[in-house]
Amino acid sequence: MSSQARMITVDGNEAAASVAYRLSEVIAIYPITPSSPMGEFADEWAVGHRPNLWGQVPDVTEMQSEGGAAGAIHGALQAGALATTFTASQGLLLMIPNMYKIAGEQTAFTMHVAARTLATHALSIFCDHGDVMACRGTGFAMLCASNVQESHDFAIISHCASLESRVPFMHFFDGFRTSHEVSKIEELDDETLRAMVDEQAIAAHRERALTPDRPKIRGTAQNPDAFFQAREACNLFYDACPAVVKEVMERLCARTGRRYELFDYIGHPHAERVIVMMGSGAEAAAEAVEWITARGEKVGLVKVRLYRPFSAGDFIAALPTSVRSIAVLDRTKEPGALGEPLYLDVVAALRESADAGTLPFAEPRVIGGRYGLSSKEFTPAMVVAVYGELRSQAPKRHFTVGIVDDVTHLSLKYDDELDIEPADVTRCVFFGLGADGTVGANKNSIKIIGEETDNYAQGYFVYDSKKSGAMTISHLRFGPRPIRSTYLIRKANFVACHHFHFLETLDVLEYAQEGAVFLLNAPYGAEHVWDHLPREAQRRIIDRKLRFHVIDASRVAAETGMGRRTNTIMQTCFFAISGVLPREEAIARIKKSIEKTYGRKGAEIVKRNFEAVDKTLENLFEVKVPAEVTSTIEMAAIVPDDAPDFVKKVTALMMAGKGDLLPVSAFPVDGTWPTATTRWEKRNIAIEIPIWDETVCIQCNKCALVCPHAAIRAKVHEPNGHDAPPTFKAVDYKAPDLRGLKYTIQVAPEDCTGCSLCVNICPAKNKSNPREKAINMRPHMEHVDRERENYRYFLDLPEIDRTRLTRLDAKGSQFMLPLFEYSGACAGCGETPYVKLLTQLFGDRLMIANATGCSSIYGGNLPTTPYCVNAEGRGPAWSNSLFEDNAEFGLGMRLAVDQLAEMARVLLGRMASRIGESLAQALLTPPETGEAMFIEQRKRIAELRGKLAQVSSPEARKLEWLADYLSPRSVWLLGGDGWAYDIGYGGLDHVLSTGRNVNILVMDTEVYSNTGGQQSKATPLGAAAKFAAAGKTTQKKDLGLMAMSYGHVYVASIAMGANDNHTVKAFLEAESYPGPSLIIAYSHCIAHGYDMAHGMDQQQRAVDSGIWPLYRYDPRRIESGEPALQLDSKPPKLRVSEYTRNEARFRMVEKIDPERFRKLGEEAQKHTLRRVALYRHMAELALPAAPAAPGAPDPSPQAEPAGAK
Amino acid sequence: MNLNTTWLGFELEHPLVAGASPMVRDLGTVRRLEDAGAAAIIMDSLFEEQLTQEQLATHAALEEPAESFGEALSYLPNVPHFELGPHEYLEQLRKVKQAVGIPVLGSLNGVTPGGWIEYADLIEQAGADALELNVYDLAISTEESSKAIEDRTVELVREVALSLRIPVSVKLSPFYTSLPNVAARLVDAGAKGLVLFNRFYQPDIDLEELEVVRLHLSDSSELPLRLHWLAILSGQVEASLAVTGGVHTGVDAIKAVMTGAHAVQMVSALLRNGPGYLRIVREQMVEWMREHEYESIRQMQGSMNLSRCPDRRAYERANYMKMLQSWRG
Repeated sequence: MSSQARMITVDGNEAAASVAYRLSEVIAIYPITPSSPMGEFADEWAVGHRPNLWGQVPDVTEMQSEGGAAGAIHGALQAGALATTFTASQGLLLMIPNMYKIAGEQTAFTMHVAARTLATHALSIFCDHGDVMACRGTGFAMLCASNVQESHDFAIISHCASLESRVPFMHFFDGFRTSHEVSKIEELDDETLRAMVDEQAIAAHRERALTPDRPKIRGTAQNPDAFFQAREACNLFYDACPAVVKEVMERLCARTGRRYELFDYIGHPHAERVIVMMGSGAEAAAEAVEWITARGEKVGLVKVRLYRPFSAGDFIAALPTSVRSIAVLDRTKEPGALGEPLYLDVVAALRESADAGTLPFAEPRVIGGRYGLSSKEFTPAMVVAVYGELRSQAPKRHFTVGIVDDVTHLSLKYDDELDIEPADVTRCVFFGLGADGTVGANKNSIKIIGEETDNYAQGYFVYDSKKSGAMTISHLRFGPRPIRSTYLIRKANFVACHHFHFLETLDVLEYAQEGAVFLLNAPYGAEHVWDHLPREAQRRIIDRKLRFHVIDASRVAAETGMGRRTNTIMQTCFFAISGVLPREEAIARIKKSIEKTYGRKGAEIVKRNFEAVDKTLENLFEVKVPAEVTSTIEMAAIVPDDAPDFVKKVTALMMAGKGDLLPVSAFPVDGTWPTATTRWEKRNIAIEIPIWDETVCIQCNKCALVCPHAAIRAKVHEPNGHDAPPTFKAVDYKAPDLRGLKYTIQVAPEDCTGCSLCVNICPAKNKSNPREKAINMRPHMEHVDRERENYRYFLDLPEIDRTRLTRLDAKGSQFMLPLFEYSGACAGCGETPYVKLLTQLFGDRLMIANATGCSSIYGGNLPTTPYCVNAEGRGPAWSNSLFEDNAEFGLGMRLAVDQLAEMARVLLGRMASRIGESLAQALLTPPETGEAMFIEQRKRIAELRGKLAQVSSPEARKLEWLADYLSPRSVWLLGGDGWAYDIGYGGLDHVLSTGRNVNILVMDTEVYSNTGGQQSKATPLGAAAKFAAAGKTTQKKDLGLMAMSYGHVYVASIAMGANDNHTVKAFLEAESYPGPSLIIAYSHCIAHGYDMAHGMDQQQRAVDSGIWPLYRYDPRRIESGEPALQLDSKPPKLRVSEYTRNEARFRMVEKIDPERFRKLGEEAQKHTLRRVALYRHMAELALPAAPAAPGAPDPSPQAEPAGAK
Repeated sequence: MNLNTTWLGFELEHPLVAGASPMVRDLGTVRRLEDAGAAAIIMDSLFEEQLTQEQLATHAALEEPAESFGEALSYLPNVPHFELGPHEYLEQLRKVKQAVGIPVLGSLNGVTPGGWIEYADLIEQAGADALELNVYDLAISTEESSKAIEDRTVELVREVALSLRIPVSVKLSPFYTSLPNVAARLVDAGAKGLVLFNRFYQPDIDLEELEVVRLHLSDSSELPLRLHWLAILSGQVEASLAVTGGVHTGVDAIKAVMTGAHAVQMVSALLRNGPGYLRIVREQMVEWMREHEYESIRQMQGSMNLSRCPDRRAYERANYMKMLQSWRG
């Protein structure tokens, strides 16, 4: 074993990427969870000029999709480069066509995959092998790593074996569980990698490159005479491949001492029951096998490393000859198959070997099971259950483990309480908030423990799917041996709760084992904290004999200028109490790492962190635990009693973090869920909430308009009834249209995220004290009880009759009920105000096709979803297909709706005489327009149904079902710039070209926000983004201009913060336009690097600087002889730099290289002025009107002039 | 015509200096200033408070969303050479220094005692020929005496001057009860020069938005206040004196020199008219001197100060009385 090997603490992604990077010259990438960090590492290293093994900095290029990345890689390989890529899930599927080509051409190439679930009935970012298994037919070799060390080691094995075998390799490991697990591993240094790589194989790869100096053709089309034989010509490479891998594994072992086989056997030498599996679950299984064999049972485990080409001989050789029964565990599901892939391979291998007479033992019984789909926990207890099943007389031939299947009864029972973790492994669980820095501090602690002690360390982090107020749970283990527990900690020696209020809703102490340490951040001293604990927590502390420590970390953080960042304070407490390092040493190390982490980002940050560390210990106290439970505080109910049954039975359990307990029967079979469930999840995450000062208010409704979470609302209503809560406020409504009514602005105190966008946009200042506005942020704690009552009353007040809203401008729109509320979007999100507005305007007739991304996550991530319904039960119908196909998906909805509506019209025409000609006529051509049309048409539809009920004919039944389609549907295609500008652009372009009536809302954050801010073609010149760290050098694509070139597309560029009336106008016009419409909406985003409270101000600056012009291109205007384009923003009055300097994405470039910033800024300035000038010309250009214009209704007549703000 | 002057130990061809302004952010402008004949260039101020604020704001904007959501553990690239600190300022100072042959002065506006010293040292290391300390210790509390504020300023200047090898000049506000006393104490503490005055305390109010708005460019009407105090300090303190604020013409500059300025800093006039305007002001000075038969700047330097001017009372209280009386009359 190499004694000099450096120990490093990294996650699986970094471990794999560090090898891939050093072995590559061309890296083509595209972001997708959970593999994105591999690409990001590569990009960061390239930006830092880190060389590969041969002294060259690899070319890291982001493509427009995984399909694009695969194409680029294919080309790079053909031209002789060493290339790699990283991907997962649907991204991998998009690479499949190229993978067939790359393999068919016997190309040396290795890709690295963080295996992830494929979207089926739902999307999941978590792990299973569905994606990699879908590639079995491509001809790629598949090598599976099961832990972080292996993801490092197997990376080099793959690269070497591919070069030497000419079979392309897919090296994969489990997404999140391995890709995101932080672990202490032995590093492969450059010298080792160099020794591993066969330079001659590289030379041979270069030799095969296409070159005009020795021209050849590759990629021909072949006919029946040739294709089949030529396809069979590859066989020898696959036959030879396993031996090549074996040899490379030997080589690695010789250098590092780490021995791997194609199939590794672990367990009793005479095992009778054997599990066969691959991936991280095999680590948990190995742990269980050791524990079981130590108890005298003869069990074993075969870890599959090289899954393709599947070497049956090596597999059988790996099995103990004593084997009697085998359970093959697959982390994937193939509905309708005889069994999952690994199971079938094992069955076939044994069968063939038996047939050939080479099986050295009697053919064992084989059963197959599924486990761990979408990162479902896989624990030693489940492994024990599988061995138990193998022992039974009639085991289930096909089973599942880890869930309760009460429908098809395939699941195995297991002992959930079984805990086999060795006592010398310290286990710590930390509950934190994303914003407080808990995860970062814990990653840091692992590094400290890993580097400063002989301990091995492991960290795994469970994140929330909410983007605001997100909870994180960190699982840390450390101990004397490499840690293989690839499952969450169940019984911890140390439990830290970084926010007191978690105790009120979560059973945090469930994780504490007897005698554990409990560290609590609480706003109460050691004397009083006990009295504030819920009964359940007190009970746990007493029963489990916990050692209870408390610190008011929030106060220490506030006093030391750390804001909400309690991370270093809690980290210091952890080291002080846990004793893993001597206190002084631990503190010195914490400070050293603070310096390392924050040194560059500012001396002030370091100083404040140091001060926080120094103040920690004097504020940390042990609590004397009383002998009795004294509290009368009960843990809060997850959902109130009036919640729907499904919410109480299913959603509430998921909200409580107990979704694992739900059986199969609890779930819809097809992924269809009820909407309107966020209202049952009262998260209370704001520290401050806006409180209305009705005496200052000018009733503009801007606060309600910009609220990303529909947590501040406006209503005009009849004067308060007697039942109004005493503090409910209402004033006379000032505008003439609804005179006599009352007006109220009301906060939803438990749903507000405290972003302050509303306060910042509020134009009304208190004349005596201009620091105060018409709404002001006030402490949540002080106001929540009162406002909860007020909000309840407010919601019960009847909504305004929509036909009475004569002015449909920004203000008027806010009297309409939002049908999108309390989503999990970031506090201060720049996208959701547009989505909310869309639902206010058209929600009761809205069908949404939503591209994957932020909007599909805050729009559709369980447990609760934000689209909701009005009093009549109508609301948006929403679906997400994929990332790349959303335009096509939405078009499909339109086609279906049009067909069904046409069927209804035809039937209605046919039955007109039976249901009454005048009703039929009115239904076919409603005399009203606008809101009134929908209201009247729905009445007519009800009347129609009434009449149809009296008709007994198949046609009548059909029309009954179709009748609703006589009321028009508004089909909207939603997504971000990653979709519209990049991966989905081809489809979007095509859909625009069809002329069909779809409305496309692009919420342009100018980066891939959901995956962490990678550049897209919407990223502006000069901005730093991932994969453009030094500042993007090319202009943002002008998507609007491209769409205008069709001539028949309605296009608008909007920015709510700059001109809200213009935004509303664009929505109304787009919807009324009978062809395709495209709205590009400026959406500020946390990826821009500034406080989102100022998001709307930045929108204003973007427009004022000309970098984001406001316009509307309406093809209807051409027919009336007017210029189609209306440039709605004024000529630029700010320099672009006055906009860019406020955002870290641009400032970063300035800080790194001021001269470059200046040059890019000048370019941006120049381009901005040119672009505005071009639009101005276009806005003056009236085209000749066609002699006969196709009929198109006029824009909504009640809309405000767009210029008005 | 001999326009030579000595300021902070530098032998300058003439007294016109480009004062602290954003002009130095662009190397092209810097070169044009030198081409226009600027005798020295002063960097814009490094604001410690601004650096701190930016660090805190950026830290919050970048760190708080990080490590919260499984799909995005961060939202901006992790670039090793992205530093939030004075780096960018110092780098620009180095570049300006390389770009021109005339003296380049750093300018610093600190907040904390540690910050003043730390950044002053860094500015010196980056190659500044001298350092202008832009002090503004605003009296806003009823609890704090003028002495306490003055002591703090004097101590700060002493510590910075002690830690630097390059000369230190102090840019003051006019709001001291006894400016001569403060000036003398600053010089005693090690200041080699004084600059009259910074223009911080002149807020305007936006009545529509109910907001305090920032400073506008100066004009010649701001000069008399400076002339007044130059005249009083000139000859009384052993330090180089410079004027800043209100010099827009050659005549303005001559007035400043006559009241005792060794250097004349120009900002607003150059921002308004471009760097080349400095040459025009210089020509105007030469023209005026030729017309009035002056041979050199040194000849007129301080000629109209308190100790030498024909009517000393004009700078004292009598000046005020006289003005009021003449107005009534």
